[in-house]
Amino acid sequence: MISVELLLFCLFAGLAVLGAVSLILMRHPIHSALSLIVVMVALACLYLLIGAEFIAALQIIVYAGAIMVLFVFVIMLLNAGEEERTNLSRMARYVGVPLAVIFTLQLAYWMVRASAHFRAVPGAPSLTKDLALGLFREFVMPFELTAILILVAMLGAVVLARRES
Amino acid sequence: MSELLAQHPILIGATLRSIIALVVLLTAVAYLTWFERKVVAHIQSRWGPWMVGPHGLLQPLADAVKGIFKEDPTPAGADKFVYHLAPFLSLSLALTSIALIPFGPQKFLGVSNVNIGLLFLFSITSLGVYGVALGGWSSNSKYPLLGGLRSSAQMVSYEISLTLSVVGVLLMVQSFNLREIIEHQQGTTWSLPHWHIFAGPFPQILGFLCYFIAAVAETNRAPFDLAEAEQELVGGFHTEYASMKFATFFIAEYTAMVTVAIVASLLFLGGWLSPFPASWTWTEFIPTVVCLAGAALLVWDGLRYPTKFGQILLPIVGLLLAGVGLLCVIGGVREIVQGPFWFLSKILAFLFIYVWVRGTLPRFRYDQLMGFGWKLLLPVALANVLLTALAELVFK
Repeated sequence: MISVELLLFCLFAGLAVLGAVSLILMRHPIHSALSLIVVMVALACLYLLIGAEFIAALQIIVYAGAIMVLFVFVIMLLNAGEEERTNLSRMARYVGVPLAVIFTLQLAYWMVRASAHFRAVPGAPSLTKDLALGLFREFVMPFELTAILILVAMLGAVVLARRES
Repeated sequence: MSELLAQHPILIGATLRSIIALVVLLTAVAYLTWFERKVVAHIQSRWGPWMVGPHGLLQPLADAVKGIFKEDPTPAGADKFVYHLAPFLSLSLALTSIALIPFGPQKFLGVSNVNIGLLFLFSITSLGVYGVALGGWSSNSKYPLLGGLRSSAQMVSYEISLTLSVVGVLLMVQSFNLREIIEHQQGTTWSLPHWHIFAGPFPQILGFLCYFIAAVAETNRAPFDLAEAEQELVGGFHTEYASMKFATFFIAEYTAMVTVAIVASLLFLGGWLSPFPASWTWTEFIPTVVCLAGAALLVWDGLRYPTKFGQILLPIVGLLLAGVGLLCVIGGVREIVQGPFWFLSKILAFLFIYVWVRGTLPRFRYDQLMGFGWKLLLPVALANVLLTALAELVFK
């Protein structure tokens, strides 16, 4: 008897992998961006399945709803056309492909070995309140530092974009 | 399948409630188009829809039939997949949000009860921009592309103010759950209800105004409808769409309007709560009185109507309405009806304001739109957050 959770997991995990593959294979930038949105939404559904509602909502709002909108916007603005396929270079064919295969196999090997130690997420779904308390009490220092870092990046972007007077 | 249902009996109820909610919502949206055309027509000293059925009441039906049977050309060089995807993306995202809305204190009035209801709602609406942007891009035509670009820039800009404007309410309630947000507004002082718009340590009147303005912009409605400015862009992002696909964009837009009205009344105006103190028990009969008054108006108007069809149809509808009104007197029904009645009246009031704004205000220029959003709305929404947080700290 397959549980509904497993069924849903397979569905969304498959969707995420499919989206990731099509992101690489699609030739038009907009299609690639759309595939990436599919990946983001599928990941959000996976977060929902493990009961992390807040992270799921943030995943959609921040990644699918804001960052990807900017991607699509820029692609539309630049009116980027279809990309041409290139043949694999010699370097990629003889070094890149084998390395990629080895890396994947290695990852799979360690995942299978580690799977004996996997445990279900303990207890009730994570509450937004707990997350907020943790963020603003225990980890308030790194949180504020990140905020300052982002502010600096924003200021840098404004300086770069400003017209010389 | 049957095994699945036996394991999760909640699925049956959820499916049934979703179907009912969808049917009611789509009918309401169809009549919202009629309502808007009628109101705008009267603002401009016209009659509006008049020919199809009495008072043009069958116009939505006629429009749907026309939409289905019209030719549906695809522009040359369009990106076929994205072109067909865009309208249905818009519609399905707009319709999904109805699943989160509670319409009354009883558990069965509303499809689901999600812990992070408001966040979920925002995550759905934040995806809504794709329908417009992709529809504009995939048409392979310059006006739709410009319209799509404009509206994605506009929606991204106003989404920030939209989200910030509700933070004040969230600070007061300390929950994302829509039911808890409404229940937090229960009670009255000096027979004034505790709605967030004028109660609490810091009344959310600023937050409410920010929310409403940003929401009008977010749904691409006048005076922020630069995405479809006729004088400059023919029709904007949907210029190349015809027949049912065009109608789909419209249904999505009107559904988004309904969602905005629902969320505004839910966050700031107490949702399903009655505006009167609980001790005034006679106010429970207001739904009946309203129904009977409407029925009397319909019968009186129907008997004087110029066409035979109207003379028959209008009084029949009136009598049905009177029946509903009398049904609302019965104890059990009366209790259930209270929540949805007040909720619907607030939503209707909002929708009227929406249409009223469209009928009276001229469109913004694009630089005005961006300046207004970034230089005025965003600072005001931020100040509202700060002041609310301060008031919550000091007075609680």
